[in-house]
Formats: sequence, C-alpha cells, structure tokens
Amino acid sequence: MLLEVENVVKHFPITTGMLVKQTVGHVRAVDGVSFDLSPGETLGLVGETGCGKSTLARCVAGLHPVTSGRVRFDGDDITNLPRARMRAYRRDIQVIFQDPYGSLNPRRRVGSIIADPLVVHRVSRGAELRRTVQELMERVGLNPEHYNRFPAEFSGGQRQRIGVARALALRPRLIICDEPVSALDVSIQAQILNLLKDLQDDFGLTYLFIAHDLSVVRHISDRIAVMYLGKVVELAGADELHEHPRHPYTNALLSATAVADPDEAGRRRRIILTGDVPSPIDPPSGCHFHPRCPKARDRCSAEEPLLVPRDHLVACHFPVEAGEDLTASGRRPA
Amino acid sequence: MTLTEIRPDAVTDRTIAGRSPLQLAWARIRTDKVALVSGLTVVLLCALALAAPLIAAWNGHDPDEQFRDTGITAQGLPIAPNGTFWFGTDRLGRDLFIRVLYGARVSLLVGVVATGLAALVGVVVGLLAGYYGGVIDTVLSRLMDVVLSFPYLIFAIAVVSIAGPSLTATIGVIAFYSWAAIARVVRGQTLSLKEREYVEAARSIGCGDLRIMFVDILPNLLAPVIVLTTLLVPAAIVFESTLSYLGLGIVPPTPSWGNLLSEAQGFYRVAYWYLGFPAATLLLTTLAFNLVGDGIRDAIDPRTERLFSRRRRRSRSRSLSRSRRKGA
Amino acid sequence: MSLLEVTDLKVTFPTSDGLVQAVRGLSFTVDRGRTLAIVGESGSGKTVSTQAILGLSPRADISGTALFEGVNLLQLDREQLRRIRGAEISVVFQDPLTSLHPLYKVGWQIEELFRVHQPGTGRAEARKRAIELLGLVGIPRPDRRVDDYPHQFSGGMRQRAMIAMSLALNPKLIVADEPTTALDATVQAQILELIGRVQAEFDIALILITHDLGVVAGIADEVLVMYAGLVAERADRRTLYYRPHHPYTKGLLESIPGSTGARGGRLRPIPGSPPSLIDIPSGCAFHPRCPYAMPVCAAERPPLATVTGGGGHASACWLPHEAVGLGPEADALRLRAKEA
Repeated sequence: MLLEVENVVKHFPITTGMLVKQTVGHVRAVDGVSFDLSPGETLGLVGETGCGKSTLARCVAGLHPVTSGRVRFDGDDITNLPRARMRAYRRDIQVIFQDPYGSLNPRRRVGSIIADPLVVHRVSRGAELRRTVQELMERVGLNPEHYNRFPAEFSGGQRQRIGVARALALRPRLIICDEPVSALDVSIQAQILNLLKDLQDDFGLTYLFIAHDLSVVRHISDRIAVMYLGKVVELAGADELHEHPRHPYTNALLSATAVADPDEAGRRRRIILTGDVPSPIDPPSGCHFHPRCPKARDRCSAEEPLLVPRDHLVACHFPVEAGEDLTASGRRPA
Repeated sequence: MTLTEIRPDAVTDRTIAGRSPLQLAWARIRTDKVALVSGLTVVLLCALALAAPLIAAWNGHDPDEQFRDTGITAQGLPIAPNGTFWFGTDRLGRDLFIRVLYGARVSLLVGVVATGLAALVGVVVGLLAGYYGGVIDTVLSRLMDVVLSFPYLIFAIAVVSIAGPSLTATIGVIAFYSWAAIARVVRGQTLSLKEREYVEAARSIGCGDLRIMFVDILPNLLAPVIVLTTLLVPAAIVFESTLSYLGLGIVPPTPSWGNLLSEAQGFYRVAYWYLGFPAATLLLTTLAFNLVGDGIRDAIDPRTERLFSRRRRRSRSRSLSRSRRKGA
Repeated sequence: MSLLEVTDLKVTFPTSDGLVQAVRGLSFTVDRGRTLAIVGESGSGKTVSTQAILGLSPRADISGTALFEGVNLLQLDREQLRRIRGAEISVVFQDPLTSLHPLYKVGWQIEELFRVHQPGTGRAEARKRAIELLGLVGIPRPDRRVDDYPHQFSGGMRQRAMIAMSLALNPKLIVADEPTTALDATVQAQILELIGRVQAEFDIALILITHDLGVVAGIADEVLVMYAGLVAERADRRTLYYRPHHPYTKGLLESIPGSTGARGGRLRPIPGSPPSLIDIPSGCAFHPRCPYAMPVCAAERPPLATVTGGGGHASACWLPHEAVGLGPEADALRLRAKEA
C-alpha cells in the first residue's frame, strides 16, 4: 500500500477569551476515517461542504496535525512528523489546490512559482532549473515562453495548469487533488481532467481526488469514498457505487446530482432530503445522517453504524436494497 | 479529431499582455493627473532641498548670513519679498527663501528617515506577530497598544529633557511613534495572507517559515506598506515641525520649518511672508505626499480602495469582477 | 405580446485597460409563465445583461430596448425602475448572504417590501404575510424563524428566504442568477424543486441564469446559450441537448464528465479559454476555439439564423443548417461542411 490512513481524527478546538484561551467545544471535522491507496490508483473523496474532506486531505498532506490516528506512507509512519523530518516526504506527496486564483502568489512570476519546490529541495538551479521549469510548463500545456509572466495574466484554466506543474515538479508519487476543477468552467474543467489522467498514465501517479461533484469523481476515480459529517459512510468501486449505492445518503447525493439530459432528468426520481447538514460541532447521535434519512429508525439514533462490508463497505444499519424506492418511503419533501 | 491537439495557449496568446504588477501600476498612475502633479511637486521639493547649497552659492545668500543693510528696514523689521529676497527676510535679515530650502532638507530628512525606520521595525514586528500568532502575537500586539496610547508630547519632552534636543532625538521620537501604526496594518494583513491557499501551497512543498514570510507574504504586503509609509511621511514632517516649534526638536540656528514658524509667530501682523512662506511650503509638502500616497494606493491595487479610501472613481464594474473571479 | 422583450441589448464598461464589451447585441423574449434559461461560462455576459435591464449596473453604458409589458425599462428613471423591480420583477442572487442585510431580522426584511411597495399595509398584516411566505418556501416553524437574523439561517434556508422575498409582491417575472451555485447538491435539489413549484403555482415567468447545463436540463422551457456577449444558440430544452447546432453548445455538452460514455475515458474539452472581452476575436468570437472553423468564420459575424432542430431553434454559426446533433455522424457532417 502506498498510503494507509487509519482511524484519523481531526478536531479543531473552539476557544474564547482574549488573554486566557478557554476551549468551549470542538469542531469534529474528521471523526475516525480509514482507507488505503495502492500505487497508481485514484481514490475519489466526495461529500458536501463541511463533511471534512478537505481537512482530511490536509491531514494526509501533513498540513494539519491530526488529533489521533495514523497516516502511513509507503509503510513509514508519517503521522505528525516534525517539520524537518516531514520535508523528506514532501517530495513524494504533493497537493493541487482548489482555487486557481488563491493558490498562486499574485506577486511572483509563474516560473519562480513552479520552480519553488525544486529550489526549496535543492534539486536544481541556474540554467538547468529554468530548463526543467520550461519542460514542466510544456508538459502541462502552457507556453514555456510565458515563464516570466504573472499569474494574473493567465486564465483560470491556465492557472490550474500552473498549479499542476508545481505539484509535478518533484516527480511525486502521491498527488492530493483538493477540488482541482470545481472553480473552473465546464469546458476548462474537462481540459484539466484530461491532463490529470494523462499525467497519471505517464508518471504512474497515485491520486487522492477530492470533489463535491459526483460525476467528476466518477470519471476520474477507481474507487470512491463518500463522506458525511466527518465520517466515511460508503466506500466502493466507482461504477459499483453509482450502480448499487447502499447508503441512503449516497442514494440521495446521486439522485440530486444534476444531469445534462432532459429525458433522464424527467425520469429521475429525486430523493429530496429534508433540512441541511447539521453542525460538526454537535453532530447527531448514532448515525450522523439519521435526522435527514428517509429510512431512519430508532436504532439509527442510538447506535453508530460501523463501516463494514455488505457487498462493499457501507456504514448503515439498514442499507438500501437493489430496486428499493427511497422516494416512496421518504418523508414529504419540505 | 484534432480537438486536443490544439495547444491551449495558442488561442489566448494575444490576450496575455505580459505586464508586471509594477508596470500595470505605472500605467494606471500615468492617467491619474492629481497623483502625477503631486508626485512632480514632491520630486521638485526634494530636488530643491538637495540643491539648497548650490542655490545659496548661486545667489550668494548663506542661510545664516544676516543682511543688516539690505535685509532689514530702518525700524529693524523684516523686508517684504523682492527681487533679491524672493520670500523676503526674517527678523535678523536672513534670506527666508534660502532658509526655507535649508529647512526642507531637515524636514524631509527627518520625515523620510524616521518613517523608513518605522516601516522597517513595523514590518518585521507585524510579520512576526501576524505569522506566528499565539504568545508572540499577544506580547507584540500589547506593545503596539502601549506605544499607540502614549501621550506623545509628554514622551517627547521627557526624551528631550534627558537627551537634549537634537536631530537624532527627533528622528528617534518620531520613529518610535510611527512603527506601531505600520505594525498593526502589517499584522492584520499577515493574518489574512497566511490563510491564503498559496501560503498553504508553499508549506505543502516544504518551504520554511522564513521563506514563507519573506518570499510569499512580504511582497503582498508591499502595496499597503508603501501607501502607509507615503502617508506617514507628511505626518512625520508635521510632527517634526511641532517638536521644533515647541523647542523640542531641531536646535536653532539650523533652520527647520518648525523653527521658522516658531520664530515668525511674533511677526505675522507686520510681515505676512515670514509666517506665510514656511507655512505654505509645509502645507504644500504634506498635501503633495498625501495625494501621491492616495494615487499609489489606487494604482497598485484598485481593489484596496474599498478598504481604506475616500475616492471611488474606478470605472470597472463590481459585478463584472465578481463574475470574473468565479471561473476561468 | 411577450412579457419581456429584449432587443439588441449592448452593454459596455469603460475601464483603464480598455472598453469591456460585456453584451454585444442580445435579443430574447420571455412569455408569461415560461422559463427561459440563459447558459454561459464566466464572461459570457449572461449576468451583466439582466443586471443592465434591471438597472443594477450603474457604471455601464447600455443601449437597445427592453420592453416589459410594453414599457422600455432602459428609459425609466431610477425611481420608476425601483418600483417595478421588486414588485413586478424580482431577483434572486447567487449568494443570499450578500443580498440579505446582516443586521436586520429576516422577517423585517420581508415586511419592509410591503412597507415600501404597498404603503397601506399594516404592521400586523405585513408580519402575517411574511410568516406565510416563509412557510410557503419550506422554512420550518416560520412563526419563530421570522425573528431570526440571516446568520442564524443555513445557506439553503437563506436562499429559501430570498425566494420568499422574491415572491412577496406577486411578481410577474423572477430573475434567478445562479440561485443554486453556492449550494451543495442535496440542497440544490431542494431549491430547484421549490423554484419549480412556486413558479407553477403562481404562474410566474422565470429567467434562470446559470453555467450548469445539468441544472437547466430539469426545468427550462427554452434555453439561450451565450458566448462572448452574444447568443450562440437558442432552442427548446430537448432540441438543445439532443440536436445542438452550434459547435460551442456541442463542446459544452461533450465536456461534461459522463457524456462521452465510459468512465475514465478521455473527455472532449473545448480547447483554449474564453476570450478577453476587451479584445474579442473578429467574426464569430468562437472561431479560434472551434474545430470546424472556416475562413468565413474569422471574417464575418454569423447572424442568429433558424436551423433545422425544429421549434424556435436558431444558431449563430456558418455551418449548414442541417449540421445538428451530437456524436460521430454529426461530427462527420460538420467536418464535411468545413472541407467543402
């Protein structure tokens, strides 16, 4: 296994007080998540705002210390390593960020942004550095002559290519893609998805791919983990998850995903969930999803379901059976 | 199909202008007449101040030379501006024009050096406080509060009574008062900048704290710091004048604008020029610096105008920039 | 007569970098009770055009006509326009957090509408109607939530409150500008369902502005695809999705993951990026990105002409009228036209 994530928990303390800080609660951003990744594989991580997917990504990348649990990379325990020791692993684990506007320093030239990892890790310098940077730009579909320009002079899609080039510079083995296409227009999004796919084939990359759009995740992933309020509720192969979703939340999410097909949209029976995602400060008891779940029963609020294999991994006491209609048993849409 | 073979860049090459933020700022400031005129005024003032000895040598009027015969009336009063004494003379018959020029040397020197020192200290302190947070931030922030709440005149009087009035003491007092304002702004900006994704990106590739602070954060602070510094220079000049006026700053006979004003106060009924020219020069200088500061702020980053500006004359529509920000 | 008839709308913004041509001659109509979707990517002019019509872009230079029940909105003064906006035409924005005032209670903000537009309304009456409206849009326990501040609402509830406000004065037209873009998928589904329901219930016309073809597929009657400030294609919903004519529409549809069949295969994106609105390509603005571009495309701007999709299907493209559809056959047809 290239990456093993074992029961990772990340709680952010909520503090009050000016001089003396008091902890009054915790945001349970990630609440016990386990998965692993084989070399060359893509694992998609989907979920809605606040489900903890981005926090989890940052924990794996070593940008946030974890509260408890283990992260292993290539067999080595890299959980909460001190910065100096983590540096060695940074060459192998890189991140592509969501916001192509925010993730590039507006005051620095594109060439120096892409060169950053090479300079920091003392990989190359001088003329060789410039040649490497230009090769990287060429590889991701940018004009290498533009290395002297500033991020503001590039369009959103081109900026995301810059971010990809920077992540690629050290020839990492694992790239964590944190919503790399959700800020882009549809036509550009497809360009970047193709690029990521090509790079994976060329360099044998492993991706942890985070997104909120199920169709994007399905396109690029081998397996998909669905997160809800800090927990993985279902984990399965991409097609398996789409064809036989077993968790009611996955079902709802799939049915809510907009399709660009009027007939399909007309046929589709949407499972309209009631209410909003509860606060991760004080998540519901038992199964976090039970207040919104059309199948919820008493047991769901009392006992937390574990992620166990039922065809594939699912954390639900009463998984959805094939052919079961959740809209019929569901509550009236609000 | 050849869809993906078209190089994505080939299409938009012509829309990419290849201009740096500085070039963009310069392009914007060139269309700002107020800022241009003010900038020219500042440059002219500095040139005149630098050239003061040359001008004095050229017309043969030393700043401390007393023209008992030509520079003073029979009643012992200053004489009005004329062909020889462009700004008239003072109570001792000295050439006021030359003295105002020499005063500019002192005032500008104090203003620029004190503000420069303050900017240096302010940026470092603000960066440290904002970047590290926690105890460091608490201590440094309280320090800023203490400095900003000091009664400055009493402090200045105390310093002068111990060290004696001098150029160094004046610069020291002014720098001591100005750094905290800069540090506060820098701290605030750093707090928000360090949450930016590109700082996180820098951390993710393994950059150290110093590199992040000076390579990633500092360049983004330059705009507000330059603006604030430009606006603090006139404040420092006024501060110097105040101190000198009260006899706490530059020691006569070295002319500074404050000294000139102080000397002139008994004469404003009989010799308007004596008070008028130094006062007008001081006003012109501070106004020019302030307007230049405004102009630079608008030019460097048009978006910051909403943060702390009075002027709103950018024609770019907000809705347009909002829709631009969203996507590619 | 159509409810809203926009003819040759042009919107420009003078900036220090040059003249931004946001909308370059847009015409469309909306009938009573119908839904028109305006689809486009960033910078296509979809938002600017409706903002210009409603007098919400004060710094723009606007020309053309926008007849609302026979009255040209572009000639009204601010006061007259304000009276129509809110009462006859209401707007739902993308980000409800910026359009709700943070310091006033949600209920108060709805009551305010009655106070401004229907001065005769009493306090108790206004409050009663505010509670009714909040209930109508599915806010639980509206009698209590009416006294909440916007920050006490979740994103989805804020958008519901915005929709309640937009319904308050029985408008004839609602302009919804990316109403669900800021929301999560499950909440988006709720809001779209709500919009569809109130629209049918009160027979309101709807202009839905969005970048998401998936959102449109479920609710639009007619779809307008915009590119660089002009209509690229106009069609009823099914025609647009199944028999598109304009290569841009086709490119958009094929860019969507899942549209080209198997998972993991290559998508077929549109190459390049949208043009700068300061320096728009000559002729058809799409020609530098178009795989079927012919010499005429760079030379002359194609008019919006009727094509063979049926209904009001029209497309601004020099390809032959019958070159509609997706898939290899339609591709071949288009390529043959290009060679010819």
